[in-house]
Amino acid sequence: MDEEQLRIFVTILQNYFEQQTLRAAEVGTPFLGEPSALPVFDYTAVIGISGVRRGCVYFTAPGELLRDVLLRVGEPNVAEANLADLAGEIANTISGNARRDFGPDFMISVPVVMRGRGQSIQVPRDAKPYVIPLRWSKHLAALVVSVR
Amino acid sequence: MKLLIVDDSNIIRSKIARALGAYGLEVVGLAANGRDAVARAAVTRPDVITMDLTMPEMDGIQCIREIRKLRPKVQILVVSALADKATAIQALKEGAQGFLCKPFTEQELTDAIGELIEEAQNG
Repeated sequence: MDEEQLRIFVTILQNYFEQQTLRAAEVGTPFLGEPSALPVFDYTAVIGISGVRRGCVYFTAPGELLRDVLLRVGEPNVAEANLADLAGEIANTISGNARRDFGPDFMISVPVVMRGRGQSIQVPRDAKPYVIPLRWSKHLAALVVSVR
Repeated sequence: MKLLIVDDSNIIRSKIARALGAYGLEVVGLAANGRDAVARAAVTRPDVITMDLTMPEMDGIQCIREIRKLRPKVQILVVSALADKATAIQALKEGAQGFLCKPFTEQELTDAIGELIEEAQNG
């Protein structure tokens, strides 16, 4: 994944939050993460990537961010199931939108959502994990792209 | 007009139901995967379907094929995050009449459904 390709994910993330919440997200500069110390917040949604490229993309966020996004978009049900559902939908939307640039061979799985900050996310050993930090409202979250 | 909403995300199903319910469509069913959608389409006989593509058990493309056999005249709007042109073209070839990319606003959704219904009424 080169800088230009990572910028695709940055733009999609920015567009998602701006369009859905009418409030811009501050998306930071991507950096190379340490596989054993990747960010994990309360809810983590992992999308498997297959086809010409292989690896995973995951979105991880605290429950407070997901709850505030749901309320902002008019969804009154902020039960845990819906927080997990939103994390999955964000991961799915960002990965799916990336096909606009990567093409239909960038094949994505349905999201698998994990709860808890103690989770360990296994990324492929042969794909460098890039962390894209995000701040929306006062909450921190991250997108991790580990695709070769 | 009767509407069936197919999406594996509960919050997306709710968003579509709120927007299109207010637009005047009667929501007759919600389905979280393609297999469930085929069964519900047979029972509820919808006029319009919103269809996700990436779903467990049966994906949206296969689901469109199956529903077309049951309901040849149903209007199908694909609502998917898959933003590449090839996917949109494939969905239209399989029998969908429209394609709306996620993320979407309620206005974009009602505009897309409005166009679909208008085209159907104009034959």
